[in-house]
Amino acid sequence: MRRVTPRSALGWAAVAVIVAYGLYRIFIRNDQLLFETALNGVQFGVFLFLISAGLTLVFGIMNMVNLAHGSLFMMGAYIGSYVFQQSDSFALAIAVAIPFSLLLGIVLEFLALRTLYARDHLDQVLATFGFILFFNQLVLRVFGATSQEFRLPDSINFPMPLFGFTYPSYRLIVIVVGLLVALGLYLVIAKTRVGMLIRAGASNRPMVGALGVNVRMLFTLIFGIGAALAGLAGVMIGPIESVESGMGENKLILAFVVIVIGGIGSIRGAFIASIIVGLVEVIGRVFMKDMLREFLPEEFAQTAGPALASMSIYILMAAVLYFRPQGLFPARTG
Amino acid sequence: MLRIVLLAGTALAAGMATASAQEFKLGVITTLSGPGAGPGTELQKGFTIGLKHEGWTKDGDKFAGVPTKVIWGDDQQKTDAGVREAEKLLDQEKVNVLAGIIWSNVALAVYPKAIAKNIPYVITNAGASQFAGEMCNPLLTSTSWNNDQVPEALGERMNRDKIESIYMLAPNYQAGKDMVAGVKRTLKGPKIIGEDYFKLGETDHQASISKVRASGAKAVFLFAPGGMGVAFFKNWQASGAGKTIKLYTAFTVDWSTLPAIGDAALGTYHTMYWNVDLDNPTNKAYVKDFVAAYGRNPSHYAAQAYDGARIIAAGLKAAGGKFQDGPALARAIRKAKYDSARGPYTYNVNGMPIQNFYLREVVKGADGKPTIVTRGTIYRNQKDAYWEKCPADKRL
Repeated sequence: MRRVTPRSALGWAAVAVIVAYGLYRIFIRNDQLLFETALNGVQFGVFLFLISAGLTLVFGIMNMVNLAHGSLFMMGAYIGSYVFQQSDSFALAIAVAIPFSLLLGIVLEFLALRTLYARDHLDQVLATFGFILFFNQLVLRVFGATSQEFRLPDSINFPMPLFGFTYPSYRLIVIVVGLLVALGLYLVIAKTRVGMLIRAGASNRPMVGALGVNVRMLFTLIFGIGAALAGLAGVMIGPIESVESGMGENKLILAFVVIVIGGIGSIRGAFIASIIVGLVEVIGRVFMKDMLREFLPEEFAQTAGPALASMSIYILMAAVLYFRPQGLFPARTG
Repeated sequence: MLRIVLLAGTALAAGMATASAQEFKLGVITTLSGPGAGPGTELQKGFTIGLKHEGWTKDGDKFAGVPTKVIWGDDQQKTDAGVREAEKLLDQEKVNVLAGIIWSNVALAVYPKAIAKNIPYVITNAGASQFAGEMCNPLLTSTSWNNDQVPEALGERMNRDKIESIYMLAPNYQAGKDMVAGVKRTLKGPKIIGEDYFKLGETDHQASISKVRASGAKAVFLFAPGGMGVAFFKNWQASGAGKTIKLYTAFTVDWSTLPAIGDAALGTYHTMYWNVDLDNPTNKAYVKDFVAAYGRNPSHYAAQAYDGARIIAAGLKAAGGKFQDGPALARAIRKAKYDSARGPYTYNVNGMPIQNFYLREVVKGADGKPTIVTRGTIYRNQKDAYWEKCPADKRL
């Protein structure tokens, strides 16, 4: 049982008040824009979870900072778009992109990254940053600089009526897939032998090795799973965003914010933090300017609004680190 | 023996030096890596076709009758990298003409370096208003436009469409605000009911679209070049907002983003000074050769760059191949008669084109794929809004 400190109690109380106010606005005051925005936020959060899950496992269990994780996301989107262009089939794009990402992750780990586990974080950052440059340049050379053609079939992407307004159906699918992945990961980690080893690895790595577990194999497997999830995120989000060189970097920064807030190495923490970051980011974007307008001159709100909105998740991260420096749900206990 | 080798080496070096003094050196800066590489590679492709039409395909070939070396620089969409590349081209390579540049911020940073060398500076995209106004210079000639002109023309169109209300969306940086200001300059009828600036490089616009719909706006003005615009259109289509809200864009839909945007752009309007379907022999030859080389239609970035190569060649011919005198060559370039892909146009005293702006619409082509057609002329021979600020002693 976690000890409830006055500081963390204050933090949770603040969260409860904000959530209660949001629910009041949506359900009692019937604020449709807030509801739609909250839905956008959850969808964005679920998407962030797909990227962060692998990142938090690799960081938490191997103690490895992998900046190339965003490149795995990008490669998933590129392979998906390539298969789509050849076959005109989104299903096939998904079916190819996921095993491809898994394989790419395993190959990357096997050839290069496993030599970095023993090195310090600066070496890992430099080496994996090199991979970012490599992959960005690779797709520029192979696919060219323009945004890649990657579209959804109309059968899964249409404006769907929902409580009196319409919402893009595909975004609901993203939410469902993300929740299923989260559930699956939870079951694997909580109920299976591999999951037990992963949890043990996150808590006390040397002891797992000392007990005779093939840690190398375990690490390769974890890395592969993380890469496959990043690839899944890429191929799912590619058709609703823009498939282009460097598309992974912005997402990677957000994923790091998520795992720091959630607690490094914790899947549960990554999931909850993803949803929080998604909501804060999207709600900030839509409402920050209007909120500032209430008490600031129009011109200032126009400039400060977007700036403050893009800062909001970092302010959130600072607040979480103040209240709980180890993140919301830290995996490391010992 | 050593002495002979040294002597031979010196002689050879001297010989090469004299050869290079006879060689016209053309430096072109564009964006070949990083997120801005889309427009940047278009520039390179268009310029390459222009060089080809003037007889140049490789170093040493004659360009406008003069043996020429072309040196490319990659600014990575960053001002510091752009200045570094410009210094390399100007100080080490000692180019006789500096051309290209996609981004206004990069072009502004390179400007003092290029002007200090007293050589022609031919900009083929960046349309910062300073270049048209207080920073105009006889050495500086543009083959594109001033940033404000395209949205100004679009504002005129919105007035004619008699839309009731409009929502403005643009990235939160200087050009985004310039574009919105450009629309506002000409917009008279429609009421502006919202104005939002999203993060530069944003690729998920669902939040903005939700907000636009909640506002009840009847139309949207969007400025979102490159991948930002591709993502916007995908989100726009999936939301169904296009059924009730009319979308007007500037520098968002072009021939390089259209394949990725696809059917989502159908029925939307934008404005431009050029299009693939403009009926003049130069444009026909240019489009034909571009398609043959790259397998799709060229964008305006490429068309302007093509014109850049052609106008430099025309200036070089008019100057009788004398490229060592920078100011004279710059004058010859500015005054040159050449075949532009946009058809005939003239230059204002500030080095900016006086040209037509057309309305373009995205429609379904004969092959079922979306295509961009010209729907008429909004402005004839339009001058930019800043030329009167060009100082009298800098006019040409």
